[in-house]
Amino acid sequence: MTQQSGLSKRVKSCALIAPLALFLVFFFAAPLVTMMKTAVSDPVASSALPTVSRALQEWDRASTPSADVQKAFADDLRNITDDELFGDLVRRLNSAKSGFRTLLVKTRNAVAEDQAITDLVAVDKRWRDSAFWIAVQDAAGASLTDRNLLAAVDLQRDTGGAIVSMPEGTSANRTTLFRTMIMAGVVTLCCIAVGLPFAMVAASTTGWKRQLLLGAVLLPLWTSLLVRTAAWYIILQDNGLINLTLQTLGLTSGPVPLIFNRLGVVIAMTHVLLPFMVLPIFSVLIGIPKNLMPAAASLGAPPIRAFLLVLLPLSLRGVVSGALLVFMSALGYYITPALIGGAKDQMISSVIAYYATGAANWGMAGALGIVLLAATMILYVVYLRLSSEEARA
Amino acid sequence: MRTLPIGKAVFGTAVVIFLMAPLFAILPLAFTDSIFLNYPIPDFSFRWFHELFTANAWRRSILNSLLIGTGTTILATVLGTVASLGLRGNSASLLFSVFRTVFLLPMVVPAVVLGVGMQLMFAQYGLANTYVGVIIAHTVIAIPFVIVNVTAALQGIDRRLENAAASLGASPAVVLRQVTLPLAMPGIVSGAVFAFATSLDEVVLTLFVAGPNQRTVARQMFSTIRENISPAIAAAAFLFIVGTIVIAGLILLAQKKGQRA
Repeated sequence: MTQQSGLSKRVKSCALIAPLALFLVFFFAAPLVTMMKTAVSDPVASSALPTVSRALQEWDRASTPSADVQKAFADDLRNITDDELFGDLVRRLNSAKSGFRTLLVKTRNAVAEDQAITDLVAVDKRWRDSAFWIAVQDAAGASLTDRNLLAAVDLQRDTGGAIVSMPEGTSANRTTLFRTMIMAGVVTLCCIAVGLPFAMVAASTTGWKRQLLLGAVLLPLWTSLLVRTAAWYIILQDNGLINLTLQTLGLTSGPVPLIFNRLGVVIAMTHVLLPFMVLPIFSVLIGIPKNLMPAAASLGAPPIRAFLLVLLPLSLRGVVSGALLVFMSALGYYITPALIGGAKDQMISSVIAYYATGAANWGMAGALGIVLLAATMILYVVYLRLSSEEARA
Repeated sequence: MRTLPIGKAVFGTAVVIFLMAPLFAILPLAFTDSIFLNYPIPDFSFRWFHELFTANAWRRSILNSLLIGTGTTILATVLGTVASLGLRGNSASLLFSVFRTVFLLPMVVPAVVLGVGMQLMFAQYGLANTYVGVIIAHTVIAIPFVIVNVTAALQGIDRRLENAAASLGASPAVVLRQVTLPLAMPGIVSGAVFAFATSLDEVVLTLFVAGPNQRTVARQMFSTIRENISPAIAAAAFLFIVGTIVIAGLILLAQKKGQRA
């Protein structure tokens, strides 16, 4: 009886969860899967060779294909007018079976001369070898490629299929990824430098002072991100508040460049992400017994030593949680760098947005998206493990 | 630490100023009569508020934000509350804790990544450049806030109250309607407010899935800062900040009421 009611309760719970689970499968998981699929989908061979893959369906993958298949292939090859597509096709097929480079060029010239050709073996006897036809069939039927994923980290396959670096100056993705890491790291360090002492100050006070300090952290957190970014725009611009003050005081003659450069982005992002550093550290600090520091002092430790040996190690867990949260959020930041940063301060999100909305290169947008998603997820799993350990401790 | 009280006070004040100053710096500019968004303010005027409510682009974006925000709030609150009821009392089960983690994931996935995926997929489903599409996109990222608030509220409910109602002959539906939901209401209201605020402030997904007809205030602010910065943005920011304070007050009120009940 109890077991039965437990089971029916389970079923009821599942029925209640189902609508949201389905909603998220359709509108959260499916878009991410679509993005990943676009990144690895390979339309080159199937779009260059639209008819031959159907003609090859009946083929036994051993004998030389029939005249119909050879004619279909010749037609497909003749219909490729775009030299770039032909080049992609050569590279694609050559990476599966070497020798295709000369074979395809030779065959393409032959089919262009003779419109009625049906016997490719007469053009080149290599077409008798089923290995070449298997490569054609696999490529035309296959739909996967690692090209975009490799290009996301500035790699490509050479004609032999080996993975090599792209030539210098053709792609800046690795630079962007590196810059994203550096900026996220710098913002995280700034947040620690400001957030750790601030959380300690907040934890050491009581009453209205603590309320004020925490309120100062929470109010920006609750304020619209765009409002905060617009506010920084007003403060940092060439005739903004900081430059106005500096010039009124006679400290500088011309405006100090604070906006559309990296300094501005770091200042604004530190402001936006600081609450995520302060709050975890603060929650760890208020859990530390109040009498530890006096105890250290009574045993003869000078304040600096007591701080370094007692308070700092104990607050480290909060610092790590906060740093993970800040770094993770900073990696995927788009709005603040897009509005406050210059062209040279754009992070990976801006490049993704450019590929998706500007260049309509979905494959590359998806591949860089996978890189960003993977980095974020790894950090999130580490964060979850840390916080679950904390809950158990 | 007692040896450094002055240093502490100075540092604390400096950080408070760093955190608060930007918000207060933008407020007076909402009332400038200049066409430039900088200090000093030549004269006081309401012209940018007037612009906000009469200029076609702004007025339309305000209406869009209210419409999309309302849609998102309803959808996210209903889905999130129902799912939270399902998660309740199953915290020991591995399956349900996996569900809970998954429900919070939209908060973690970078918005640009989700945006690219949604743009691709919504184009296939015919949801691109539609109000329904934007509402769905906003709902996805608003869900975690509803889940967090409502599950917390449900955890705080004393099960004995529901058992008492049931033992007095109330059917499960009556218990839910007359005991559970009223007790969880402060959490549901907070979740709904957070959902609305999320939708109001959302830019990245909107950039990817909305067409020119679904331009929201946040989207309009984004392009104003990017293309032709004008004090209208300060007026919009003024309304946002005042709205934030009102909303924060409402949430505090709802929580106080919940504590009293």
